[in-house]
Amino acid sequence: MSSIGTGYDLSVTTFSPDGRVFQIEYAAKAVDNSGTVIGIKCKDGIVLGVEKLIPSKMMLPGSNRRIHAVHRHSGMAVAGLAADGRQIVARAKSEATNYDSVYGDPIPVKELADRVASYVHLCTLYWWLRPFGCGVILGGYDRDGPQLYMVEPSGVSYRYFGAAIGKGRQAAKTEIEKLKLQDLTCRKAVIEVAKISIYGVHDEAKDKDFELEMSWVCDESNRQHEKVPEELLEEAKAAAKLALEEMDAD
Amino acid sequence: MDQVDFNAPHSMGTTIIGVTYNGGVVLGADSRTSTGVYVANRASDKITKLTDNVYVCRSGSAADSQVVSDYVRYFLHQHTIQLGQPATVKVAANLVRLLAYNNKNNLQTGLIVGGWDKYEGGQIYGVPLGGTIVQQPFAIGGSGSSYLYGFFDQAWKEGMTQDEAEELVKKAVSLAIARDGASGGVVRTVIINSEGVTRNFYPGDQLPIWHDELESHNSLLDILGAPEPMNI
Repeated sequence: MSSIGTGYDLSVTTFSPDGRVFQIEYAAKAVDNSGTVIGIKCKDGIVLGVEKLIPSKMMLPGSNRRIHAVHRHSGMAVAGLAADGRQIVARAKSEATNYDSVYGDPIPVKELADRVASYVHLCTLYWWLRPFGCGVILGGYDRDGPQLYMVEPSGVSYRYFGAAIGKGRQAAKTEIEKLKLQDLTCRKAVIEVAKISIYGVHDEAKDKDFELEMSWVCDESNRQHEKVPEELLEEAKAAAKLALEEMDAD
Repeated sequence: MDQVDFNAPHSMGTTIIGVTYNGGVVLGADSRTSTGVYVANRASDKITKLTDNVYVCRSGSAADSQVVSDYVRYFLHQHTIQLGQPATVKVAANLVRLLAYNNKNNLQTGLIVGGWDKYEGGQIYGVPLGGTIVQQPFAIGGSGSSYLYGFFDQAWKEGMTQDEAEELVKKAVSLAIARDGASGGVVRTVIINSEGVTRNFYPGDQLPIWHDELESHNSLLDILGAPEPMNI
């Protein structure tokens, strides 16, 4: 999987002989080593979830948020270098409010994704900038329904039914593929995301303790992006822990 | 007797109307552009295309309204390319009002933006002199509109058919032309709905005759077969 690009990896403006830009690939590694981030598009909205690894027991629960609201109708979950992620979120917020001021309408999610991707890509074009060390999952609900996009450090952006980045992305993607997303409501999806993807992929041995952060934007939340309501979140965590115990008991 | 001032700014005295119906919108206007009391253009087209699905009725200064339309058309074109689908009427109207509001000290134009998009159907937005934007089921503007407020209070109803709406617009513009010296010429209408855009043209002989108006007659020159001015 990894290869050392000796000599061709010193600058983001250098191609290797086999056509790769190593700095971008190294940036992607920063994302791969972070806590898992998942997004799924259901029948009536989007659910985002983050396995937030807690480095110290003295941190206040609920701090260091990894999911940010970009506009009333959209939110972004960040994986990788948190400070880099904050920059991307700030830019996305700025693009969204600017669009609203000029065009008088909330920014279409596709347009927002394009703008975020352009910005991330921008930082891979100049030697005096470094690529962002984070991947972003963008979920929003506009005139064309709920949409989910993922932006990688290279600046590519694709639209997804289900997306996962970070440490446990392979296992998470496998589990997501098993779900029948067209029939799933966001309410049920919250439980599934917690159950399978977060508690399922979290490695107790290797990783420290973690906090589950989730948000949604769906018909039930009036098409506004918000934190998943407290009682639903607790219900999801309980269901996930139960599923974990059942798995271990086998 | 006063000399005609050819250097006075071209103004479209104007009567402009925009009306929603169950399926789209009907826009209507007269065709007189005046420079003082001289009619500079008696067959102008005051209903201008911004995009395939959004048109604007222009009133006030001809130059100002044209320049605003041109800018908005340009921005909307780029926006459509970026978005990958037709712009909504709301977005078009918002761009118009940003220009009207931010340049209010240098502009003198009242506009009615009307069109159809797949999300909200037919919509009419009025953007009067100061740069307010207000969505309305119908809007009237221009100097001739003063004579139409009472008419619309009585004649307007929700959920008209396309034919009813066009009849209403035609009648209204014709009434305004009868009473407003700065409005005249022909009546032009533009109908916009999910199927597309239809332009119509109604010269004087196709319009109703109001109180005290005279019937039009063919010119005696046509009837008597008089020679053309240059054939002597």
